[in-house]
Amino acid sequence: MKYLKYLLVGIIFGIVLVKSEAISWYRIYEMFKFESFHMYGIIGSAVITGIILLLLTKKLKFKNINGDVMLVPKKERGLIKYIVGGSIFGLGWALSGACPGPMYILVGTGAFSILIVILAATFGTFVYGILKDKLPH
Amino acid sequence: MDNILQPWPWYISGPLIAFIMFILIYFGKTFGMSSNLRTFCAIGGAGKKIEFFNINLRDQRWNLLVVLGAIIGGYIAHFYLSVPTNIDLNPDTVKELSELGFENAGKSLLPSELYNLEALLSLKGLSILIIGGFLVGFGTRYAGGCTSGHAITGLSSLQLPSLIAVIGFFIGGLIMIHLIFPLIF
Repeated sequence: MKYLKYLLVGIIFGIVLVKSEAISWYRIYEMFKFESFHMYGIIGSAVITGIILLLLTKKLKFKNINGDVMLVPKKERGLIKYIVGGSIFGLGWALSGACPGPMYILVGTGAFSILIVILAATFGTFVYGILKDKLPH
Repeated sequence: MDNILQPWPWYISGPLIAFIMFILIYFGKTFGMSSNLRTFCAIGGAGKKIEFFNINLRDQRWNLLVVLGAIIGGYIAHFYLSVPTNIDLNPDTVKELSELGFENAGKSLLPSELYNLEALLSLKGLSILIIGGFLVGFGTRYAGGCTSGHAITGLSSLQLPSLIAVIGFFIGGLIMIHLIFPLIF
């Protein structure tokens, strides 16, 4: 039961991303071509809604399910890892047309060739884990 | 019902994504899809040799359930909540893609030129998927997050590192589409 809620969140996430077309390779291409507002609308309205929700949370001191103060973990400070890592991610996102969330969702739509992308992404994460201490961060 | 079956406009989808992020924070978790890739490595036994993958799998179980749910949600939405509708792409985009060799742009979620069986069996097609996936998996862990962790959660909580990461996402994406695509397609 404890875990059922996460399954439900995932199901809703999958449905929303299919219905928004954000899992489409073509929408990602179009976004990087600046030829449609669609993806910017999705991300922009998600962020604006998110900012409002999190500001309200802070102001009204919402508690989470465990009774603790709701908060978002702070990201580590840094520059190189974000700009270099982010750019590498962006190259792959534009080429495969899928970031990690949509990769899983696409499996559900029957696009099984995405499994190759998921395997390769897992391998990419594995290689990062090996090289981590040698990379500038 | 027809409103559900048709594609949803951005101003419905975007806020819903924010609520998904919010409910996970309410559950004491953080929205982050790429973390599961690290968990897959840990499940495969990578933690025995490499400290980075030496994580407590029980702590990641919730996120694996989100993944399982996402797959199920993808199935439900695609097969039961959608009517066959072309993606309403910009006609200029469709024309450019056709010039690059992508026919039928927007008639499916993924281009058959990259994702059908014929593409998978060609060296070029397979390489594109493997390289694309590799870069996503490597880059996301290097940057400490992907679209869900940085673009949605990080920007919503006004964190500068996430803004830098998202700028990085766009630097990479723009280089790929504008500079590399013309060379490979």
